Amino acid sequence: MNTKVSLAGVELKNPVMTASGTFGSGAEYSEFYDLGALGAVVTKGVANVPWPGNGTPRVMETASGMLNAIGLQNPGINVFLERDIPFLRQFDTKIIVNVCGRSEADYCEVVERLADAPVDLLEINVSCPNVKEGGIAFGQNPEALRHITQEVKRHAKQPVIMKLSPNVTDIAQMARAAEDGGADVISLINTLTGMKIDIQRRTFALANRTGGLSGPAIKPVAVRMVWQAAQAVQVPVVGMGGITCGDDAIEFLLAGATAVSVGTANFANPYAVRDVAAGIEDYMRKYRVEDVRELIGAVNRD
Amino acid sequence: MKVREYASVIEQKEIAAGIFSLWLGTEQVAKTALPGQFVSVYSRDQSRMLPRPISICEAEADGRLRLVYRVAGQGTEEFSRLRAGDTLEILGPLGNGYPIGLFGVAKENALSDCSQIPGGESASECSTASGGEDGSLWEKSRILLLGGGIGIPPMLQLARALQEQGGARVQIVAGYRDELFLTEELAAAGELYIATEDGSAGTPGNVLDAVQEQGITADVICACGPKPMLRAIKAYAEEKDVPCWLSLEERMACGVGACLACVCQSTEIDGHSHVHNKRVCKDGPVFRSTEVEL
Repeated sequence: MNTKVSLAGVELKNPVMTASGTFGSGAEYSEFYDLGALGAVVTKGVANVPWPGNGTPRVMETASGMLNAIGLQNPGINVFLERDIPFLRQFDTKIIVNVCGRSEADYCEVVERLADAPVDLLEINVSCPNVKEGGIAFGQNPEALRHITQEVKRHAKQPVIMKLSPNVTDIAQMARAAEDGGADVISLINTLTGMKIDIQRRTFALANRTGGLSGPAIKPVAVRMVWQAAQAVQVPVVGMGGITCGDDAIEFLLAGATAVSVGTANFANPYAVRDVAAGIEDYMRKYRVEDVRELIGAVNRD
Repeated sequence: MKVREYASVIEQKEIAAGIFSLWLGTEQVAKTALPGQFVSVYSRDQSRMLPRPISICEAEADGRLRLVYRVAGQGTEEFSRLRAGDTLEILGPLGNGYPIGLFGVAKENALSDCSQIPGGESASECSTASGGEDGSLWEKSRILLLGGGIGIPPMLQLARALQEQGGARVQIVAGYRDELFLTEELAAAGELYIATEDGSAGTPGNVLDAVQEQGITADVICACGPKPMLRAIKAYAEEKDVPCWLSLEERMACGVGACLACVCQSTEIDGHSHVHNKRVCKDGPVFRSTEVEL
């Protein structure tokens, strides 16, 4: 039984990765299981300098999901290179660094600093709905997305994943813009912009007023968008949005994803990512699937 | 060591309106739980994804764990319907707890043992945490525990631990809105004073009103309760120059330090993100009062 998949020439032992921002740099969850069980760890977004993030409350539970507005709190690339990358190197898994910034120059600075680091792939976050500058500003306009992809590619030594926002009218157009800019892989979906009102205090539940919706509530939207994006581009697609178990991951693979990320489920189950990887194997045994790659995009085949 | 367990419900009672006392049987969690730590409690309803952080009220060596919590929403309402024989998924013990090793015992090197002071990694922080030069302050400490509302339950485990440890005079002030709970257990664990907002028992007003009315003085303060109360206690402790530890509350998601949802503003640069945001779930929930801005 083969569970290996390849993203831009990087071979993952299985198609299951963490979703950026839900798993730190792995330290906290490594207390529960060996991160070597995962195809890759995708780190929380790192910027050129430390970012303090937003005010609290930063999270709220919603039906089958949650809203977050952390605001990309991170220690900056210096601490990250000294502490987080050596930590992750201890595990037999691929390292994907998520990069955030306020301007094209910020993103390129971080990407350059990572050029000589033992990192397998970069994921560029142009889709965070919770910061004022940067992030989603690049992720909602196809020309801005194509341009920043091109700029990042000029500085990057590792293959580049562009992480797309679902808060757009035409996801296929955005996927093509990233591909035109030179993206090696695209990943989606980031969170859907949402809001919750505290009816006792009669004001916004989150300090940031709006937040990003994640969890099983968004899974059907995510599967649809992954299916549309996968058909629009030639490059591999990483699918995410509400995956909690192996069967959820299988849906994304069938829709056209080459790999999947597990995010919010970590908060409901600290073993979630490992369990999803095991669940994919259970499915393969049950339906006698010899190679996980047979599943990728299978809904489009007769 | 954090462990996920399926605990068995031994008994549950409503001990005041909307306040429930839940005794659980655990394999590991109770055995290693320190005063001031908490557990994440998971809903059986998959539509409620986030665990509820609940403070530990009592933890016994035989594995029994007591949680006393207020029904504040659908998740805690679900927990309140648990009966003997049901199971409940929990993760814990989480967070740091109060550094009780420093309280009330004459320790040769109590003050150089920085590892026990939350956030006290640096020598300079450690020396400001002391309050004495040779450890004598801690020898016959009068320890004041201030609990407000649903911040009262963790004071029971703390008082018991201090009582067992010995060498300290444990004074507890419990502040209620109106209806009292846990008073019998608290009275057995230390000198108990009561404050009620409606004036129905003890000192009318809050915990600091009771401290003033009773003329209570202390060498160390430990507190847990709503933020306005903690803010007032922080100011009181700093004015009186009394070392003080506060247990904070914030909206959490992961409960283990990964998601960075439950941060508080710290006076020093934090060790994780190198900004001024300590994680309540991991670096806390107990902080030295001088370590945080409220």
